[in-house]
Amino acid sequence: MRALLVRDLSLSVRAGGGFGLALAFFLIVIALVPFAVGPATTTLSLIAPGILWLGALLACLLSLDRILALDWEDGSLDLLATAPIPMEGVAAIKALAHWVTTGLPLTLAAPGLGVLLNLAPEGFLWLTLSLAVGTPALSAIGTFGAALTVGVRRGGLLLSLIVLPLYVPVLILGSEVARRGAAGMETETALALLGALTLGSLAAMPFAAAAAIRINLR
Amino acid sequence: MSLWEYANPRRFMAASGAVLPWISGLAAVLVALGLAWGFFGTPDDYRQGSTVKIFYLHVPAAMIAINAWLMMLVASLIWLIRRHHVSALAAKAAAPVGLTMTLVTLVTGAIWGQPMWGTWWEWDPRLTSFLILGLFYLGYLALWEAIDDPDAAADLTSVLCLVGSVFAILSRYALVFWNQGLHQGASLSLDKEQNVADVFWWPAMVTLAGFVCLFVALVLLRTRTEIRARRLKAVVARARMS
Repeated sequence: MRALLVRDLSLSVRAGGGFGLALAFFLIVIALVPFAVGPATTTLSLIAPGILWLGALLACLLSLDRILALDWEDGSLDLLATAPIPMEGVAAIKALAHWVTTGLPLTLAAPGLGVLLNLAPEGFLWLTLSLAVGTPALSAIGTFGAALTVGVRRGGLLLSLIVLPLYVPVLILGSEVARRGAAGMETETALALLGALTLGSLAAMPFAAAAAIRINLR
Repeated sequence: MSLWEYANPRRFMAASGAVLPWISGLAAVLVALGLAWGFFGTPDDYRQGSTVKIFYLHVPAAMIAINAWLMMLVASLIWLIRRHHVSALAAKAAAPVGLTMTLVTLVTGAIWGQPMWGTWWEWDPRLTSFLILGLFYLGYLALWEAIDDPDAAADLTSVLCLVGSVFAILSRYALVFWNQGLHQGASLSLDKEQNVADVFWWPAMVTLAGFVCLFVALVLLRTRTEIRARRLKAVVARARMS
């Protein structure tokens, strides 16, 4: 399992792996927001927590089809199916590798981009914390979506259509934490619910993803 | 004699062919009767005037929209556990009906909301969760369309239906947390002595029964079409082989 994790990480970091694309996309989206809504700092700081969460979610979504598509095309997924680790383990490792290369950098970059959007000073801690707690769920759910659509040619749009409704609860609770934190309100309930959602997704989603991969490999 | 005998497509076609005209007729009569009774036979509400009568379309459509997903969930489970093809096709057949009912609910709700709340749309938990339910139906249908192999498509959409059900419920409660609503509470629930006055209750029940019959008739019809399409494909494949 460790070998698989190291392989996935090095594949995504080396040339052509697309590491950093999600981060660049996040930066561009955030930079475009003031052009769309106007440069008034009060407006920007009002919408900053939600926009940052939405930008991170879209950046995460963009890199989902890389989780399994390349392994599917060159046949390594068939080899993994015959490997001694269970398919559930493969799905969990894939989700973890996706989080390390996408969710974690997005979480670390978010406070910097918060400065661009004039995020309230109280909000930085809560934004980072909510992204750190919420993005693993995005990766786990996204792996399931990628597993469903891996057999479909050019399934990128289909993947978005399937995964975005599944992202709704995470987005609601995550941006609620960031919004309440930025407004100086209590955040514990929302943060606890978000944590529960992440833990539940991490526990259940590898099984659903593994089932979908097995069906596609049949 | 058990329910599982109708998992045989031939038995299912015979039984559903015999039942379909009756249930369609019953649906037409009940919906027409309930709507006519509701529109012309009940008094106006003292506050909402005659706009309250859109209730007779709005509530049954909403109930079918939710319960169609529930039916798809049960059919998907039957497919995953017992591998009856009719069940998978019934789940596929119910999805467009559910999506249409979701749209009917949203549109009638907007038409009702405009004079009552002064707005076509409001980000209220109930309204928003119906919008999200519509998105779930769209994703489910898109997945069916995208996959060529019928068995793999049935399997993958069933898994999506199971996971989607969990996330639809999670979204519903996350939305309640997110925004307190403008929508009134449930009009028809089982645990109350009397929900609405009897003059409104009876036409609503007739329309609801009519919508249930309509749903059953449409799902049977669409399932029969799917089975025929599947048979046609088999015939074509056989002709090409020989």
